[in-house]
Amino acid sequence: MSEPARRLPTRSGMSSGSDRVFQSLILILASVIVLVFVVSLYLLGKDSWPALQRFGTEFFTTRTWNPVNGTFGAAAMIIGTLVTSFVALVISVPLAIASALFVAEYAPRWLANPVGYLIELLAAIPSVVYGLWALFVIAPVLARWQITFFNPEYPERLALYTKCAGIWANDQTTLQCFFVPSSGAGRGLALAIIILTVMILPYTASVARDVIRLVPADQREAMYALGATKWEVISRAILPYARAGIMGGVILALGRALGETLAVAMVIGDSQDIIKSLWGNASTMASVIANQFGDAQETLHRSSVVTLGFILFFVSVGVNLLARVLIQRLTPKGTR
Amino acid sequence: MSTATSAKPRPTPGLSPARKAQNAVMGGLILLATLLVVAPLILIFVYLIREGLSAVNLNFFTKVPAPEGEAGGGLLNAIVGSLYMLGMASVFGVLIGIAGGIFLAEYPRHPLMPTIRLVSDVLAGIPAIVMGLVAYGLIVLNFGFSGFAGALALGFLMIPIVVRTTEEVLKLVPQSVREAGLSLGLPQWLVTLRIVLPAAAGGIITGVMLALARVAGEAAPLLFTAFGNPNVNLDPSKPMSALPLEIYRGATSAYDENQRMAKAGALLLIVLIFATSLLARRFSRKV
Repeated sequence: MSEPARRLPTRSGMSSGSDRVFQSLILILASVIVLVFVVSLYLLGKDSWPALQRFGTEFFTTRTWNPVNGTFGAAAMIIGTLVTSFVALVISVPLAIASALFVAEYAPRWLANPVGYLIELLAAIPSVVYGLWALFVIAPVLARWQITFFNPEYPERLALYTKCAGIWANDQTTLQCFFVPSSGAGRGLALAIIILTVMILPYTASVARDVIRLVPADQREAMYALGATKWEVISRAILPYARAGIMGGVILALGRALGETLAVAMVIGDSQDIIKSLWGNASTMASVIANQFGDAQETLHRSSVVTLGFILFFVSVGVNLLARVLIQRLTPKGTR
Repeated sequence: MSTATSAKPRPTPGLSPARKAQNAVMGGLILLATLLVVAPLILIFVYLIREGLSAVNLNFFTKVPAPEGEAGGGLLNAIVGSLYMLGMASVFGVLIGIAGGIFLAEYPRHPLMPTIRLVSDVLAGIPAIVMGLVAYGLIVLNFGFSGFAGALALGFLMIPIVVRTTEEVLKLVPQSVREAGLSLGLPQWLVTLRIVLPAAAGGIITGVMLALARVAGEAAPLLFTAFGNPNVNLDPSKPMSALPLEIYRGATSAYDENQRMAKAGALLLIVLIFATSLLARRFSRKV
C-alpha cells in the first residue's frame, strides 16, 4: 500500500474545470443529434405548409393526384403504401420467424453462424440492387405468367379480362378482377410486394433470433423433461415467451417497409390511380417522392410531395417508438 | 434416469405418431423457410456475377460513362463520387456519432440523456429519402445540387448507427478500468479520451464501418442532393455521382450498355459492402 495522496479526495479537484469543458463539448456535439431532428421537423413542416393549407385534411382523403391542374390528394399512395407494407409483412413474418428458429434452435453451431450471417447480409444489399434484380429477373417471370393468362386457347379468360377492363375503367374493382392481370409488363403492385417481402425479412429475423436466444434455458428444459417434442417446446415454451419481442421486430420491419424507396419506385409502375388489380401499376408515398420530387417545379406540387415525406417522417417516428417500447418491455431485466 | 426405468418399462404414452409427424413436418417447414429466406441472396449474387463480371475491366475503373446508347465507358465518376461523399459523410457522422455515444455511455445521469437517446433511436428509423428531402431543404434550396448536400444526407443516416454501437461498446469497458484511471489522479475527460476510448476503439471502428456499409448503398437521398454527374468531379459544391445513383440510372435505362454498367456497378457495390461488413465483423468478433 502506498501512502495516501495528499490531494483532497473530493470530486472538486483541480480537474473539475477541464472536466466541465469536455462535458460541455460532448454535450454540444451530442445535441446536434437533437438539432438534426428538430431541423428536419421544421423544414418538412415549412415545406409542406402550402399543400396542407390549401387542401387541409382533404389531402389525406381524396385520391386525385394531378400536377397539371394542381389538385393533390394522397389517398391513393397512402393506400398503396399500406397495402404493399402489410401484405409484405404478412408474407415475411412467418418466414422470418422460421429462419430465426432454425438459426437459434435447429441448426448445429457450425451451420447456425453462417446462416445467421447470410440473413444479415440480406439486409446489407442496397435497395437499388434489389430493384435492379427485381426488374431484370423477377419481372420477366411475372410477365411470362401474365402473358400465358391471355393465351388464345382460353377465350373465357379474355372475356373476363374485357369485363374487368370495363370495371377498372370506372375506377372500381371486384374481388375476382383484383387477381386478373391488367398488363403483361410484370411490373406493378405484386412485384413491389415480392421485393419488399425479401427486403424486410432480415429485420424481423434478426430481432426474432435475438429474443428467442434470450428465452431462459430452464423454460426449454422443463418442457423437454415433460417429454415434449422439439416443435412442442418451440410452440408452447419459446414462441409465447418471445412474443412481445418478435412483435417489436415485426414493427421495426413495418417501419422499413413503409419507408422503403428505390426498389419499390423502380418496380411498382408509378401510377397515382387507386389500386385496381394486384398486377397493375400503383405507387407508394416513398416511390412518389423518388419519382416526382426532381420534376416538381410548381410550389404546390413540390409542397405536396414534401407533405408525403412529412407523413412518412411521422409514421416512422411513431412506428419506431412502438417497436422500442415492445422490445424494451420484453427484454428480461439484467441482460442489458 | 434411474435404473428402474430400464428394468421395468412403465406404460408411458410415449410419442404418438401424430405428435411425431407434426414435429417432423414443422421441422421440415422451418428448414424450407430458411432456404427460401437465404435464396434471394444467393440468386442475386450469382446473377450479378454472371451478368456484371464481364463489364468489370480496366475501363470500368478508369473511364466515365459513354454517352447514352454508346458502348464502352466505365463508372470512374461514380466510384470517385461515392468515395468522396462517404469520406465527407463520415467526418460529420463519425464526429457527432461518437460524441453522442460517449455522452450516452459516460454521462448516464445527465438530464438530457434520455432525450438524446430517444431522438437518436427515432432518427435510425426515418426513411433515407426523407433525410434527402431535409438535406434538399437545408442545402440544395440555398446553394444548388452538390456533393456536399449528398454527403450531409448520408451523414445524417450514419449518426444513429455510430451512436448506438459506440454507446454499446463503451458500456462494455469495465467500470474498474475507469476507476483505475481516476485513482491515478486523471481528470474524467482524460480517462474517457485516453483509457476508455482506446479500449473500445475496435468496437467503435466496427460501428463506423457498419454505418459506412449501410449508407454506401443509399441512392434515394442522393437523387435530389448530389444529383449525379457524368464526369469526375472533385468540387463538393457541384453535383456529384455515386455508385447507387449510376445503378439506378442504368437499371431504369433502355440501353443495353447502361444496363450492363448498372449490373457491373451493383456487383462492385455489394462486393464492397460485403467486404466492409465482413471486415467489421472480423474486427470485433461480435455484432
